[in-house]
Amino acid sequence: MTSATLTSGATLGSQRVSEDVRYHEDAIRLFVIAAVFWGVIGFLAGTFIALQLAFPALNLGLEWTSFGRLRPVHTSAVIFAFGGNVLFATSLYSVQRTCRQHLFGGEGLAKFIFWNYNVFIVLAALSYVLGFTQGKEYAEPEWILDLYLTVTWVLYAVQFIGTVMTRRESHIYVANWFFMAFILTVAILHIGNNVNVPVSLFGMKSYTFVSGVQSAMVQWWYGHNAVGFFLTAGFLGIMYYFVPKRAERPVYSYRLSIVHFWTLIFLYIWAGPHHLHYTSLPDWAQTLGMTFSVMLWMPSWGGMINGIMTLSGAWDKLRTDPVLRFLVTSVAFYGMSTFEGPLMSVKPVNALSHYTDWTVGHVHSGALGWVAFISFGAIYYLVPVLWKRSQLYSLRLVSYHFWTATIGIVLYITAMWVSGIMQGLMWRAYDNLGFLQYSFVETVAAMHPFYVIRAMGGVLFVTGALIMVYNLWRTAKGDVRIEKPYVTTPHKATVGAA
Amino acid sequence: MDLDSITVMLRSFWTVWLMLLLTGILVYAMWPGNRRTFDDAAQIPLKDDGQEL
Repeated sequence: MTSATLTSGATLGSQRVSEDVRYHEDAIRLFVIAAVFWGVIGFLAGTFIALQLAFPALNLGLEWTSFGRLRPVHTSAVIFAFGGNVLFATSLYSVQRTCRQHLFGGEGLAKFIFWNYNVFIVLAALSYVLGFTQGKEYAEPEWILDLYLTVTWVLYAVQFIGTVMTRRESHIYVANWFFMAFILTVAILHIGNNVNVPVSLFGMKSYTFVSGVQSAMVQWWYGHNAVGFFLTAGFLGIMYYFVPKRAERPVYSYRLSIVHFWTLIFLYIWAGPHHLHYTSLPDWAQTLGMTFSVMLWMPSWGGMINGIMTLSGAWDKLRTDPVLRFLVTSVAFYGMSTFEGPLMSVKPVNALSHYTDWTVGHVHSGALGWVAFISFGAIYYLVPVLWKRSQLYSLRLVSYHFWTATIGIVLYITAMWVSGIMQGLMWRAYDNLGFLQYSFVETVAAMHPFYVIRAMGGVLFVTGALIMVYNLWRTAKGDVRIEKPYVTTPHKATVGAA
Repeated sequence: MDLDSITVMLRSFWTVWLMLLLTGILVYAMWPGNRRTFDDAAQIPLKDDGQEL
């Protein structure tokens, strides 16, 4: 690019963008395909282990298919394989457009990252099934795989931050701030939580460098910030680009987005100890974790208001555009689960909720409602753009996906609320002689119907995802479904005025 | 007074430093002179998408 075109692009900056920016999209298409593929695998795995909890015979009596080994396959598939590929696709797509610059390192580096990351996913899943694990939640891969992931992640950081540094837009758009916080913090968390000493040079087994309660604290410093920076900051980056883009309106308040960003990253990093209430972790650290979790209400709700109010004055689009409905509903779920989270971090509430299904329900209202829904919205936006189609195969099918998945989530989280609170209350119930009223197995038997309802919720969620796969497949082929279109009916007042 | 003891003393006021930092961020975000910059920044995703390779 010559300086002459740079000048003309800059002069016309506000009206038109330098027409010679050529964006890289091949690798992004691969990331989108992988995201959809892993999404289906991850949802299926989750539904299968939900059925295992309801019907233990489904463990099949084999070590490789037991719940304990398949559960990390599910969590890694949905968080790191589905969520990770979504984040790669959306971040590398939007950073080019908000920086008016193609990818630093080009298509080759992006594809290299793609293959390395996805090979890591396959190796990690295989290692879990074969029984190799660090035993750390969401950080199960053994040391050798951790090193492999570190290299891939650093390359991703170089590509993303390199693109931002070579940008031709003077301001760094807020979505990129969230993506950079996500990339940087995940790198620090991953390295910090995986300081392990291998037993032998060629063996898989390793032990953590820190031990005892310090080890637990490091693990939940990692674990909660994986939620805060992988599943929140990264996906907020998606929100700040794709909601305005789809709604065709700027974000409600750019000032609020700045406050949202800085408060979120300052507060989240301290919230980890709320996973260790009433343990041998010092009391002051527990209280610190609780306090910061409660303070997180402010940035979370500030962010939710910013996302939802972006539609202010265009609420009608929620009815006529199911893709936007996915995006906005996800932000509503974000508000709901970030209200529930601080509530559950308050120590007396935690005394009831911890180790029960309530936690599982909370996680899934965030994971299915927020993370998966905003991902679906972004994928529905991206596929027609990336495959150069004028529109999706069918907006009606998007709507069917939306309602199927929403009913699935509602079944899931309501079942887990009832089951979890019941479980917590049964554990703490005493009879009039001061003995525990229920044995553990009685609580398990009482939860059975809710486990069945939860699995049904999972089946609906998978069904919705399969509708999406069909819709995207036909979109990529260039087909358009003959269906009743969504019409924007003019508002009565507008008609009267006209 | 060596560097260590100064660090320890300053660290004990960490809530104050964080509050000052937050106040600084709020002032920066709400500063009237920055309004135009932020209004322009909000338009970044809505500009033309450019060509694809």
